[in-house]
Amino acid sequence: MTVHTDVVCPFCGCLCDDLEITVEGNEITGTKNACAISRSKFMNHGKNRLESPIVDGKEASVEETIEEAAKVLANAKRPLVYGLSSTECEAIGRAVELAEVCGGVVDNTSSVCHGPTILALQQVGESKTTLGEVKNRADLVIFWGSNPTEAHLRHILRYSVMPKGMYVPEGRKGRYIVTVDVRDTRMKRLSDQFLKIQPGGDFELLSALRAAVRGSRIQAESVSGVPMEEIVELARRMKAAKMGIVFFGLGLTQSDGRHMNIDAAVGLVAELNHHTKFLLTPMRGHYNVAGANSVTAWQTGYPYAVDFARGYPRYNPGEYTAVDLLASGEADAAVIVASDPGATFPVDAASRLARIPTITLDQKVTPTTMLSRVVIPVATAGVECEGTAYRMDGVPIRLKRLVKPHAGALTDAEVLVRMIERVRELRGEA
Amino acid sequence: MGDIIVKGGYVYDPANGIDGEKVDIHISGGKVVEETRERGVKVVDASGMLVMPGGVDLHSHIAGSKINIGRVMRPEDHRKDPVPRTRVTRAGVGYSCPSTFVAGYRYAQMGYTTVMEAAMPPIGARHVHEELNDTPIFDKGAFTLFGNNHFTLKYVRDGDMEMLKAFIAWLLRATKGYAVKIVNPGGVENWKWGKNVGGLDDLVYNFEVTPRQIITSLARANEELGLPHTIHLHCNNLGVPGNYETTIETMDAVRSIKPKEGRGNTIHVVHVQFNALDGTNWMNVRSGASKIAKYVNANPHTTLDLGQAIFTDTTTMTGDGPWQFRLWNITGNKWVNSDVEMEAGAGVVPYSFKKNNPANAIQWAIGLELALHIYDPWRVYMTTDHPNGGPFVFYPQVISWLMSRKARTDTMLEINKAVMRRTTLANVYREYTFGEIATVTRAATARVLGLKDKGHLGPGADGDVSVYHLDPTAWRPSMYADLEKAFIKAAYTIKAGNIVVKDGEVMATPLGTTFWADARVPEDVEAEFMKDLEEEFSKHYTVGLKNYPVEDAYLPTQKAIRAGGD
Repeated sequence: MTVHTDVVCPFCGCLCDDLEITVEGNEITGTKNACAISRSKFMNHGKNRLESPIVDGKEASVEETIEEAAKVLANAKRPLVYGLSSTECEAIGRAVELAEVCGGVVDNTSSVCHGPTILALQQVGESKTTLGEVKNRADLVIFWGSNPTEAHLRHILRYSVMPKGMYVPEGRKGRYIVTVDVRDTRMKRLSDQFLKIQPGGDFELLSALRAAVRGSRIQAESVSGVPMEEIVELARRMKAAKMGIVFFGLGLTQSDGRHMNIDAAVGLVAELNHHTKFLLTPMRGHYNVAGANSVTAWQTGYPYAVDFARGYPRYNPGEYTAVDLLASGEADAAVIVASDPGATFPVDAASRLARIPTITLDQKVTPTTMLSRVVIPVATAGVECEGTAYRMDGVPIRLKRLVKPHAGALTDAEVLVRMIERVRELRGEA
Repeated sequence: MGDIIVKGGYVYDPANGIDGEKVDIHISGGKVVEETRERGVKVVDASGMLVMPGGVDLHSHIAGSKINIGRVMRPEDHRKDPVPRTRVTRAGVGYSCPSTFVAGYRYAQMGYTTVMEAAMPPIGARHVHEELNDTPIFDKGAFTLFGNNHFTLKYVRDGDMEMLKAFIAWLLRATKGYAVKIVNPGGVENWKWGKNVGGLDDLVYNFEVTPRQIITSLARANEELGLPHTIHLHCNNLGVPGNYETTIETMDAVRSIKPKEGRGNTIHVVHVQFNALDGTNWMNVRSGASKIAKYVNANPHTTLDLGQAIFTDTTTMTGDGPWQFRLWNITGNKWVNSDVEMEAGAGVVPYSFKKNNPANAIQWAIGLELALHIYDPWRVYMTTDHPNGGPFVFYPQVISWLMSRKARTDTMLEINKAVMRRTTLANVYREYTFGEIATVTRAATARVLGLKDKGHLGPGADGDVSVYHLDPTAWRPSMYADLEKAFIKAAYTIKAGNIVVKDGEVMATPLGTTFWADARVPEDVEAEFMKDLEEEFSKHYTVGLKNYPVEDAYLPTQKAIRAGGD
């Protein structure tokens, strides 16, 4: 029996790195410090595994799957490489390279989650921080359209609500917690103030708060269902904070207004910096979605939705984003890495995946593997192989290898490297 | 890797006293040697051409979270400069925030073979190294940020030099950093409360130490450890008119510190263009360059680099959060702030240097004034603080301004006339020689970095050579356009004996070596330090200490430069 300490959890953007995982033989038998989701990921990592590479529904060797995948890609006019947010950075880099070699498109899951956050960043910027600053200094924490009690379980314990920090020695008592959401969530009980707003009212409320911070009067009794006095009071509280932070989630990025909501949030926070220290940080979902944006940006200049059809990278969310490329019928082949768009995409996009040759790298049987022509089982990063992941705030941490890969599976990066080599050969480049 | 002879060129190798003589350079096993075997050796015909050691840039922002924020936030910048893939090279983008691959190619195309990333936040060190591993060709290193680190502030407050030294040695090893970088000491910590410091004797909140104490303590510790490079300092008050006084005061604060044995200098001040402003506000700003030059000329313990401003659209990015906030307020452009727990911060704001803007015209002149008023080219280095003053691909233009008064005059005629009244540039007749250019871009930068095998072509040096399509014997300052053409696309760039660029085209993309500084303190001191570190770390960081140091997996080719004696 081996107990691995300081294990990094490859599930959500919190990237907790204090887990203890017990391994007996090649089996994970126990976890400590893990949240319920994390525990389930570790304990069940061996279940529902893909047992063999598959081509056209038949079992095949790894070599055969790579050969078939390379043939599909070498002949495709507009292949899409998609996913990437739940694998490690080397694999992400190789996926970008594969798209480049094929003259295809590479996109990651941020196009369906925090893409609007990035659009807002490109419009107006962002005043952000790593999570330790929040733990050590923040006396006002606002959750807006995000619910860590369901999605980022230990965020509350480790970073934002409970921990004792350098200048917040009292922990929870030293912080004022505000939650803004359209419905009652479990955050209500944890918060000092809960603002239940009308759906689609985020932009207006953020703008009203900004006006209040500036001292401008608004001729309204309430905005988005929040009484004016409460808005003025919250603005006063924000200005009086020693250090404040807004954590926002998909409630803000994927509701009406999308990137305009984030623009408004960034503007409010920027405004507050004339009075005190104020920051905001997106609650990223997948454990390495921040890494997917990072790697894609340093290799191509753009964080997602990158097209190589002309031999150089071009960027156009809304056109080169996976959902749009599939729904428009443009994509004529797809490589899916560490993602399950067959289950999560809108039906127009998902059904296109079933009609074109789709090549999927995954550990488990998923709706996407079931509609793929080529399926290649791979090792789980952070459990069966090492690699880098970027926490939601951009802090890079090294993932651990705890057990041997299931049935000798290759890693995502190894599979992608082989595919790149073979595609280059088929295209007469190597 | 076969042997190579670079034959018949006019060689400028200032470190070895070679000034334009026809000398053949022999390279074997990646190193410069006295003589190669004649048989099977590849001959690079450099006759009639300019030959120098490979370029060494000691201050550039090319890898890590800051430049990557710039990349993410500026698609409009990339759109100006797309770079298609070839059979040898990866696709990417250029201009002010180039993709990693393109940065590697373009530096090599200009004949540069060593580039230092100027600011690495410790907790983000893996990110820097991951990007460096995707940046081909040149050798590299990264400077670890120390000036606002809580452990620095604590040990400075306690006056505990031994613990400070142990901390420096540990953090350089943990981050695989090359030098002690300091950015707006104290100011960045105060920025975590939305404030700044206004001078060397302001107090840092909660620590009650001053920037002066931080700088002098780190400089002393740096020299006592014998690190290969001196402290690498971005001064307080950057971008504030009148700041030339702070700059001189800062240099003077470390004057009495004893340098490491074998070197005369104790402080490198970075991108001084931004820190040499006279006047009281941006309306009446004028150049303070000659005052700084006068101080530097009289004080051999100082070195500096220019941070030359270029008239173009660029992206500013520094570890100086409060300055970037101020710049955002001046420009109204988009603004990213990025605070880093316990250690550092950063900000990114796009900026255009405009010819008709009086302040920009003055800033442009200041960089050149510094280079031309400081007599000793071994102590003033050519940079644009890429991309803050402008993208590094403008280096050839800077060279032409340094070497040709006509180039300067032609530019002065196009820009705001404030440059005539509020700087001394029009009265400067000095023109750099090829030997001086080789000094400020290679020999001197390598020497101040403590990279003994770089920046020269003597036996034992790394086989890094650049050859340019330019006959220095026929060149005259009026021909500055030829100079720019020659320096942007080298005839040959040879890296560790491999021809990586030929006629401006990238031929091969080997991965360069990462240098880091390996310093040691006595074991008992280290043990005491580790005890203190462990206790504080677990309380205040959000990653575990065991997950903090950069693993060897991130440094596929590394070379530790031992601190201390030779």
